[in-house]
Amino acid sequence: MAKKYHVTTTVNGDEYEYLCEPQQTLLDILRDELTLTGTKEGCATGDCGACTVMVDGVMVCSCLVLAVETDGCKVETIEGMAQGDKLHPLQQKFLELNGTQCGICTPGILIAARELLKRNPDPTESEIRYWLAGNLCRCTGYDKIIRSVQAAAKEMRGG
Amino acid sequence: MDVRYEAPETLQAAVALLAGASGPARILAGGTDVIVQMETDLIEPALLVDIKKIPETRQITPEAGGFRIGAAVPGMEIMGHAGLCKAWPGVLDGVKLIGSIQVRGRASIGGNLCNASPAADSVPPLIAAGAIARIVGSKGTREVPVEQIPAGPGKTTLAKDEIIVSFLLPPRPPHSGDAYQRFTPRTEMDIAVVGVGVNLTLDNGGTCTAARVALGAVAPTVLLSKECADALIGTKVDDAALERLAAAASAACKPIDDKRGTKEYRIKVAGVLARRTALQALDVARKN
Amino acid sequence: MAQAHPILEKSGFNPDRKLKIVGSSPVKHDGIDKVTGRAKFGADMFLPGMLVGKILRSPHPHAIIKSIDISAAEKLPGVKAVICRDDFPEIKAGSADGDMTRNAMAREKALYDGHPVAAVAATSESIAKEALKLIKVDYEILPHVIDPVEAMKPDAPILHPHLRTKGIKDNDKATNVVERHELNMGDAAAGFAEADVIVEREFDTKPMHQGYIEPQACVASTTEDGQIDLWCCTQAPWVFRDRLSNILKIETAKIRVQQSEMGGGFGGKTGFYPEPIAIQLSRKAKRPVKIMLTRNEVFRATGPVSGTKSRIKMGCKKDGTITAAEAELIFQTGAFTGSAFTNAPQAMFTRYALKNVKTTSYEVVSNRPKVNSFRAPCVPQIVFGVEGVVDEMARKIGMDPIDFRLKNAAVEGYKTIYGDVFGPIGFVQTLEAAKKCDHYTSPVPPGQGRGVAAGFWFNRGGETAATLNIGIDGSVTLILGTTDVAGSRISISMMAAEELGIPVDKVRAVMADTHSLGFNRVTAGSRTTFSTGMVIIDSARKAIGELCRRAAGIWGVSEDAVTFEDGFCKPASANVGNFEPLSIAQIAAKTMASHGAIAGHSEMNVTGAGPGFGLHIVDVAVDKETGRVDVKRYTVVEDAGKAIHRLQVEGQFQGGAVQGIGWALNEEYYYGEDGRMQNPSFLDYRMPVASDVPMIDTEIVEIPNPRHPYGLRGVGEVPVVPTMAAIANAVGQVIGVRPQSLPMSPPKILKLIEEHKAKNGG
Repeated sequence: MAKKYHVTTTVNGDEYEYLCEPQQTLLDILRDELTLTGTKEGCATGDCGACTVMVDGVMVCSCLVLAVETDGCKVETIEGMAQGDKLHPLQQKFLELNGTQCGICTPGILIAARELLKRNPDPTESEIRYWLAGNLCRCTGYDKIIRSVQAAAKEMRGG
Repeated sequence: MDVRYEAPETLQAAVALLAGASGPARILAGGTDVIVQMETDLIEPALLVDIKKIPETRQITPEAGGFRIGAAVPGMEIMGHAGLCKAWPGVLDGVKLIGSIQVRGRASIGGNLCNASPAADSVPPLIAAGAIARIVGSKGTREVPVEQIPAGPGKTTLAKDEIIVSFLLPPRPPHSGDAYQRFTPRTEMDIAVVGVGVNLTLDNGGTCTAARVALGAVAPTVLLSKECADALIGTKVDDAALERLAAAASAACKPIDDKRGTKEYRIKVAGVLARRTALQALDVARKN
Repeated sequence: MAQAHPILEKSGFNPDRKLKIVGSSPVKHDGIDKVTGRAKFGADMFLPGMLVGKILRSPHPHAIIKSIDISAAEKLPGVKAVICRDDFPEIKAGSADGDMTRNAMAREKALYDGHPVAAVAATSESIAKEALKLIKVDYEILPHVIDPVEAMKPDAPILHPHLRTKGIKDNDKATNVVERHELNMGDAAAGFAEADVIVEREFDTKPMHQGYIEPQACVASTTEDGQIDLWCCTQAPWVFRDRLSNILKIETAKIRVQQSEMGGGFGGKTGFYPEPIAIQLSRKAKRPVKIMLTRNEVFRATGPVSGTKSRIKMGCKKDGTITAAEAELIFQTGAFTGSAFTNAPQAMFTRYALKNVKTTSYEVVSNRPKVNSFRAPCVPQIVFGVEGVVDEMARKIGMDPIDFRLKNAAVEGYKTIYGDVFGPIGFVQTLEAAKKCDHYTSPVPPGQGRGVAAGFWFNRGGETAATLNIGIDGSVTLILGTTDVAGSRISISMMAAEELGIPVDKVRAVMADTHSLGFNRVTAGSRTTFSTGMVIIDSARKAIGELCRRAAGIWGVSEDAVTFEDGFCKPASANVGNFEPLSIAQIAAKTMASHGAIAGHSEMNVTGAGPGFGLHIVDVAVDKETGRVDVKRYTVVEDAGKAIHRLQVEGQFQGGAVQGIGWALNEEYYYGEDGRMQNPSFLDYRMPVASDVPMIDTEIVEIPNPRHPYGLRGVGEVPVVPTMAAIANAVGQVIGVRPQSLPMSPPKILKLIEEHKAKNGG
């Protein structure tokens, strides 16, 4: 039996402790060990962004981070985006403007878009597209995703 | 896979681990290449040495009029460093093209170099910039120009117990500028079909007095091309010089056919990009 | 021959009906789960004791499997089951079931790189992967063939020794040609003789993949007495069930398939891949087994989209009337037949009122995974050629490209090559709307090129079943059998709400398992909102009938004295009596305990689907030094009949257009000399990213389909049909030569530019 490593971490404000094999990624652990399945696997090689999460405030593909590397780190996933019953404006706009079709890319895109708007509250269409270039979507053609982000940005600016 | 993971906090400890490894070992910085290769069963390391807890690999500090960049500093941090962005826009161009925002949250220039893909985006501009890599191993420390590190696709000239700790970018003379451009079929997320890094310096009259041109993805390793530099040095980087540069770039290529591009295509586009990148570097140089 | 259900005659479309809900854009009910990550997709299921399944795949594109030794793998601690062909019932090669079981798990031969050969269920992923390495397979490697034209040659390696070509007379030779199919009408030779202008071109397209972001994933759980519980992402739970029943030889009543949310399918999830393997592993291990395919496996071993070779010839008079069309088409189907290639001759010219058409199509096997459907299977890659030839004819006679299409547009009453006569259709109106739209009327920006292309899709009906249940508080549950492919659930809920006169928020739809409903055909063919909508409307009307009966009972009047309007049962006239209208909730509360549930259900082979038409307009720029094409502006004009949920319909237009952009510019399978796919990852299988495309403008034309109560037509497939052709037509305007090969990747475009320059003394 392969040696396991002990990891202590915080996910969405909750403390977790678990054992993992060193080659297991943060994505593997989030989904299979912690059953936080909101973060999705689309490719496991960092090319699609469906597994996007925040680690210590940095936007990453969780399939490109080993779980052992996150000992002592703060992880944020889609499950922590809404505050109780209050949706984040991005989540709300994606609902109103149909920014989500099948929904598989949506968690990754919401995490990425939230980070964009934190850094740049008034992004241009081009800035949004380039920021989200690491998040593949096959259903929407990106149009309503971009519009949802623009609408959420406007609302968050108080517009 | 029975892999051991270690996260030493000093260079000596890291070197000792690598020197003592009985099976294949890999240095883990950002992990955006190593983890993918493990996932796709291309490599099966017995030991992973995570160097991110070693302070020297994680800092960006001014040094001797230039900058020392830790080998494990993530791309996003490099992109957020105002001084680096101003002094070396070409190096930043290369870093900005590695993967996606998510990938750049982890990926480092040390890893980009040591993964030794001929198409790595940060390597041509680092070579054009004249970057020097500081390497630490059990035999001691050595300083090596970056162009001497890649040995072939997936191979470096490092010994098995050596780690690149940091890169030194030299001070910028006045009227100098660098740029990096690559050709990809999509706007983002692709591996470069051709990549060109140009770094040049002008005198007060606008004549090019120094130039370095590095070509990526057109040979087993990134090429530092003297012929391309010679096409620019002593000229005002006019159309004639740019034509000679383009021809030199096409001639210097030793590309292959693969799923990302054909030989002929790479040869043609190398010339096109060399010209465009030199113009972009010229523009930066004229403003400095 | 499908029987027309009474609903289609009695409950026809009423253009004057004032609609309250249909036509708006309420937030879809499944949206909240999708924006919070709560929605459960194929890989999001966990059962107690669940094992991880992993598949061993052939590394050879063509090989005889001489022996498989699983004994060492079985002994590895943590391994609970190992299976191979011996664990699947024997079914003769050459039948549909024989093909199906062999595609799921190889028997005599491995027929493509990635073909499943064995599988393991273990307590962890790392143990399962270790166990795969211990399985010993003895292969006798055979020569392979990938390209269908090569596969047609007399000396090509033969995949199936029993295969004989259907549709030819002299067919006793072993071959890779599955079928030669002819479809003709009128007299093409005479038609060409009348033509003033004839254009004949050859085209080729590479295979591509549907590219859904969610890899196939399933959890199979079985009992000792042979019952099977399967959770999976699928477009066809009932079809999966029936096919599993056939190849595993288990009664359908013992198989329960529960569909998860599906992370994209586009036709690619109409057939199973890991599911039979997970089931057999579970039966052997006596524990649930989860299998999730890796992206590499999805590319190498799930059904991609046919690559093609075509020759298309069309002729027209000086006034623009097309007089004849002819086509010879070759489709690759991968290792087994099943490409739906006959769609192409039926649809490729069908939007133009042609009288003389001659088509010959071939389906050819080769050592690649069996293809699966994409949107409008086998049609967009042929329309890529047709709309280029149409454009060329228009330019030769100096006619505006949309006017040329208008001149030839089919209208109601046109009898198609496949026998249907068009009812009211909206092709002319779509073309006219396109001509007037802002994109077409604005000047082409300097340096750019503009292209247009038209598309058609039959849209389908098919076997559908659903149930509508009314709760004691008057809220309504819909039990649906079709998959929610991006929004059909809310559209169907809207139709139910409209029928019942209640707010759409009082309706909730669930995607049922195969125990809960009668047979539902695949979710495909742009049939879902149409067909499931139809049966739900039928169910709603039956429930309304029951509500009226109950009201009649409450009031003590006869049934025909009660009507239903806006959510209330009312006396039919003042003569009936002075009764207060009763709401659905009131009737339910008053009568459910005594009279039982109020529900309606409907099972139909839905007919009456209305064909859809589209016209795409695209502006492109081309970097003439590198050959890279940039799509600058894109407009989709399409007839939706009636847009039930406007934002959903726009989303379908936009998604299809961008898939077509990827197909047009960069998506293709690369094969090495070794017969292996070289680019089985999203890195090198280049789908459009957000920065690659502009906003996609949409114009919804509404020419109702009167055979549907709300006039709707399916919209899912038309949007991808004309895309590549429109882009190629635009590129042709910029570089002076219209590309004939897909994808239009930069090296190919640069080569065209240079050849054109050389030919014209550049």
